[in-house]
Amino acid sequence: MNSASCAAKISTQPFSLNPTSPTSHDNPLVFPKPTSLFLGSTRKLRLSSSSKLNLHRRSGTVVAVSDVVKQKKSKSTPSLLITKEEGLELYEDVILGRAFEDMCAQMYYRGKMFGFVHLYNGQEAVSTGFIKLLKQQDSVVSTYRDHVHALSKGVPARAVMSELFGKTTGCCRGQGGSMHMFSREHNLLGGFAFIGEGIPVATGAAFTSKYKREILKEADCDHVTLAFFGDGTCNNGQFFECLNMAALWKLPIVFVVENNLWAIGMSHLRATSDPQIYKKGPAFGMPGIHVDGMDVLKVREVAKEAIGRARRGEGPTLVECETYRFRGHSLADPDELRDSAEKAYYAARDPITALKKYLIENSLASEADLKAIDKKIDEVVEDAVEFADESPVPSRSQLLENVFADPKGFGIGPDGRYRCEDPKFTEGTAHV
Amino acid sequence: MAAIFQGVGAAAALSSSPSNSFDSKKFVSSPCRPFSVRKGASFAVVRSDGRVNLNPKGRRAQQLISNAVATKSDSAAASSSSKPGHELLLFEALQEGLEEEMERDLRVCVMGEDVGHYGGSYKVTKGLAKKFGDLRVLDTPIAENSFSGMGIGAAMTGLRPVVEGMNMGFLLLAFNQISNNCGMLHYTSGGQFTIPIVIRGPGGVGRQLGAEHSQRLESYFQSIPGIQMVACSTPYNAKGLMKAAIRSENPVILFEHVLLYNLKERIPDEDYICNLEEAEMVRPGEHVTILTYSRMRYHVMQAAKTLVNKGYDPEVIDIRSLKPFDLYTIGNSVKKTHRVLIVEECMRTGGIGASLIAAITENFNDYLDAPIMCLSSQDVPTPYAGTLEEVTVVQPAQIVTAVEQLCQ
Repeated sequence: MNSASCAAKISTQPFSLNPTSPTSHDNPLVFPKPTSLFLGSTRKLRLSSSSKLNLHRRSGTVVAVSDVVKQKKSKSTPSLLITKEEGLELYEDVILGRAFEDMCAQMYYRGKMFGFVHLYNGQEAVSTGFIKLLKQQDSVVSTYRDHVHALSKGVPARAVMSELFGKTTGCCRGQGGSMHMFSREHNLLGGFAFIGEGIPVATGAAFTSKYKREILKEADCDHVTLAFFGDGTCNNGQFFECLNMAALWKLPIVFVVENNLWAIGMSHLRATSDPQIYKKGPAFGMPGIHVDGMDVLKVREVAKEAIGRARRGEGPTLVECETYRFRGHSLADPDELRDSAEKAYYAARDPITALKKYLIENSLASEADLKAIDKKIDEVVEDAVEFADESPVPSRSQLLENVFADPKGFGIGPDGRYRCEDPKFTEGTAHV
Repeated sequence: MAAIFQGVGAAAALSSSPSNSFDSKKFVSSPCRPFSVRKGASFAVVRSDGRVNLNPKGRRAQQLISNAVATKSDSAAASSSSKPGHELLLFEALQEGLEEEMERDLRVCVMGEDVGHYGGSYKVTKGLAKKFGDLRVLDTPIAENSFSGMGIGAAMTGLRPVVEGMNMGFLLLAFNQISNNCGMLHYTSGGQFTIPIVIRGPGGVGRQLGAEHSQRLESYFQSIPGIQMVACSTPYNAKGLMKAAIRSENPVILFEHVLLYNLKERIPDEDYICNLEEAEMVRPGEHVTILTYSRMRYHVMQAAKTLVNKGYDPEVIDIRSLKPFDLYTIGNSVKKTHRVLIVEECMRTGGIGASLIAAITENFNDYLDAPIMCLSSQDVPTPYAGTLEEVTVVQPAQIVTAVEQLCQ
């Protein structure tokens, strides 16, 4: 396993060309072309660090903003990145994500939820950083690691927990499960078990947004879609096909890569010829950004730009968030391949610890405030479990109800009536 | 409209030329069974036995005209309009249906390769891009899986896309999206999202197009839960099915056939749709039920002429709805004739015929006087050579022999 351990070591400082700054993966920064408004707001900040940059790339805006943000913070300017309200909102969201997932693990081992459950511990900064900037009408498309995306988007913890327990009160009536979280109300378009298959769906949602504005004349329709997926997906055809189409038609979408360096047991470096995923954006004509995905505030800054770009109709962006999952791929994964040094390295960069530190050091919140939130979230999660426990399991009659939106699709039976009119259908005992 | 509904006597119905029945001009479709769009909707329904049910709430009775059946005694009663209708080719009928739906509902859009500026590889979308613009008639890059998925995402968020596979075979690349997302998302989302998408394209065995361009995907897709599949065979039902598919809230796969695009027929001027779940009675008869769809309908009708001359009276049903099967029409026919022959272009293994045999045996076994016969294409990749290709698909002579065997 020599190569694996080498890979593990490299991954602790994968892309940094500046070995003295372990927290930034910067790659050679490039000045965006003057016509690009992408980093308009932070451009003046970058001017001061431009002396470090002496590399030229192909045209296209490939940037790592993390360095910029770090600069900004260290300048101790009076303007902070967030207000107190925002800070508490973000904190609550990351705590909810972590507490919920920890509870999922407990419930799984107690036999309350089954199948494949993929937990998000460690990656909360990406979900919170991006989704908290969205409106309700914006759409989110996720993968099988979707519990926290659902929570961040506003799906109640009760609904998600019930879904995991397979109860009728779940957000998908118990029919979807861990890997298929959907919410029409909150515009969460799934929850997909096969990697990559959600990306075209997200592209479609972005297409609808453009269509609504241009054809249906809803002039103020500026809905944005976020597609979340992992490093493994970035070697899949659907990823590239959608990058092409989104850039071609300037769709209002942001492709968010949650690069946690591992696809089950396959290291990203062993699977990818050029592991720097953000570089693949400019190849398709969109900016490619790399950001420290363990830091909520850095992610949020990048997200603001990317989402803003999409809202203004300037097209898609590819954002690569370097992040890490503290647990295995799923609750069934013994997680033996990953080097403990790597795990320790990222554990030290726990997004919750970092955010907490920021809030306290900048006097945005007190310990008491944060403890109150911790307690509140504990109660929310406990309540979710109780609710799910007490909810009913689906009865047999639910079996056939949602196969078709129009149940005439079951066809005409031998007696001439539509089969959906047969009482056995509503009982769920009919044979289709 | 009256021109379509001729008497059901053998002589009148089978007037197409013998050698290339599928290219016949003026193909006259025999009386079809009527339909009502929805229970509780307000349309006149003429049942195949001649009874007329008028829904008391008749609100939109004038908007849709049911394609009424003409029984032996009652040929012109169903026609509720005196307009002459207009003649067109099958691909034009598809285009007309699509265009009308796009005018009717702004959310209907088209996506596919070369559907826009090129007008579609079989000209089904000709002129639409000029009329509706490049966004509503979207020329996609060659990425079936992704643009099908994009269509699904668009459908989930409020549009009604019509996705074209330039050849049905290309949709094999979209199998992931069609199976996982198109079929399943309504269910796994607990009914929250509907996918009113239409996936259509030409398939079937053509003229020496080679194995990969001669595929019949209906057999591969039929197991996918949550989708409906229909196959059109005449300009009349092509337009009707296209419109019904677009209006349906379910995902529908519409199978067209490469060799049928130039069929000509006179169709009504008025707005009409064909029920997605119903089969079409092509030729009522007494001796044997022949179930078929798409291009094989024409081989069957050609064989039917020979059979009639030999004294047989076959009942020919174009099943049209490949999933789900219209067990009512099929069942009534089986109960009448007691013998069934299925003629299909699918391959023998796991094809539509195989499913149909299972369904009929399960439901109507007691009515059968003989085992069901099924004529399908050979289980071979369609050869390029013309002589081999000809024997890959079912030919009229085989149909005649099969009926003779069945009716012994």
